[in-house]
Amino acid sequence: MFLINCPYCGERDQQEFKAGGEAHIERPKQPTELSDDEWAEYLFMRKNIKGVQFERWNHTHGCRKWFNMVRDTSNDEIKAIYKMGEKPPSQ
Amino acid sequence: MRNKYSVFSLIKNALSYHENWQRAWKDPVPKKEYDAIIIGGGGHGLATAYYLAKKHNMKNIAVVEKGWIGGGNTGRNTTIIRSNYLWDASAGLYDHALKIWEGLSQELNYNVMFSQRGVMNLAHNLQDVRDLKRRTHANRLNGIDAVYLSTEEVKKFCPIINTSPDIRYPVLGGTLQRRAGTARHDAVAWGYARGADAMGVDIIQNCEVKGIKRNGDSVEGIETTKGFIKTKKVGVVAAGHSSVIANMAGLRLPLESKPLQALVSEPVKPIIDTVVMSNAVHAYVSQSDKGELVIGAGTDDYVSYTQKGSHQIVEGTLNAILELYPIFSRMRMLRQWGGIVDICPDASPILSKTSIKGLYFNCGWGTGGFKATPGSGDLFAHTIANDEPHKLNAAFNLNRFVSGDLVDEHGAAAVAH
Repeated sequence: MFLINCPYCGERDQQEFKAGGEAHIERPKQPTELSDDEWAEYLFMRKNIKGVQFERWNHTHGCRKWFNMVRDTSNDEIKAIYKMGEKPPSQ
Repeated sequence: MRNKYSVFSLIKNALSYHENWQRAWKDPVPKKEYDAIIIGGGGHGLATAYYLAKKHNMKNIAVVEKGWIGGGNTGRNTTIIRSNYLWDASAGLYDHALKIWEGLSQELNYNVMFSQRGVMNLAHNLQDVRDLKRRTHANRLNGIDAVYLSTEEVKKFCPIINTSPDIRYPVLGGTLQRRAGTARHDAVAWGYARGADAMGVDIIQNCEVKGIKRNGDSVEGIETTKGFIKTKKVGVVAAGHSSVIANMAGLRLPLESKPLQALVSEPVKPIIDTVVMSNAVHAYVSQSDKGELVIGAGTDDYVSYTQKGSHQIVEGTLNAILELYPIFSRMRMLRQWGGIVDICPDASPILSKTSIKGLYFNCGWGTGGFKATPGSGDLFAHTIANDEPHKLNAAFNLNRFVSGDLVDEHGAAAVAH
């Protein structure tokens, strides 16, 4: 449990939010040309990093907007928060 | 030579005030090379080593463990054992484990305190009723004992449950697997460790794996905090940290690691002599032999390796527990903790070869791996020794995420994942 600084609403309790998993997984541009292996990579394979991870969150019980977060999964410390479409901060 | 535990050894050692018991396992220095190395000294890893030595005659093997054996999820779960899974593949896997549990204390000469007190799953809405009835039929077709209970039968089997129709999620029925139950979690790790050690397996504790050395597409050895160890076969049984080890070998797995919480109350006199699980409200409870209520809560929805969890998860579970068991309203909770569980998209485990020769993964057990410990060890040992899966774990390969042939036990597995 931690506080999250929603880029639209400000600091709120984590239980107002829903984690949306790893960020910056790009939807395949030409899905019809993808092999089964590439589909598996896109759909299922995850970095699941112990350490600094880029992820998506949704403020489900607030503004309902999606945004990105950089978080250290070994201690739940939030390093950065940025809006969808913005460039991720360099580490 | 390992001394056998018996009533005579107990009396003999009582005479010397229990100060001269033989060590249950050695504390060896790692050799330069092993025929196989298991990464992870939890129940599953130790069981794997035990069956490799016992059934496949691989005695020059080692288990390396970052902390102490049984100190991870083996010592953090709620010890529930059952096999009432919906799909054939899961039923085969978990019932294989349950059958081994039934003779495990005798086999290991170590009391794992396996207690077939029954596991009851409750239905709280019409869909639950339909799902549980369907699962009961599926179980019976697979030769797994299962009965469907009416609300009155639920009340009769466990009288402290509030079956009043006016509670928020009324009890509409339930299922019962009588062969299911609980076991003592530490004893499982210790029993397998003692058994494996007696056959010559080196159990190396406080030895963290730092890297996996590859030569092209084959494994050559592992880098550890106690130096490089050469081997051609590595079995990874690292639970929540499976992805961390996979990254060392340049692999990605379909896993997300999340905190799962449990808690125990202060000890009280016997009040609940079975295990009751409730999927819809996510609350399950049993009572340990020490008298503590053992309560399982849910997972957080974000990736975290912190072995903590959010307060609201515990709060939600306790709300449900109190609604179902008003008698517990003045119980005090003694401890709460979290474990890191590795969850697959289909909520089924992976016991599989990988694209790297000699590298095997046993992971993805998610929120319910303890029950499978003996079966998992047995089947993973078979997979490592023969470089081919056993027919019971063939469906749980890594390639199912490419082929699409998933074993989707989400929701169907009697408890939410």
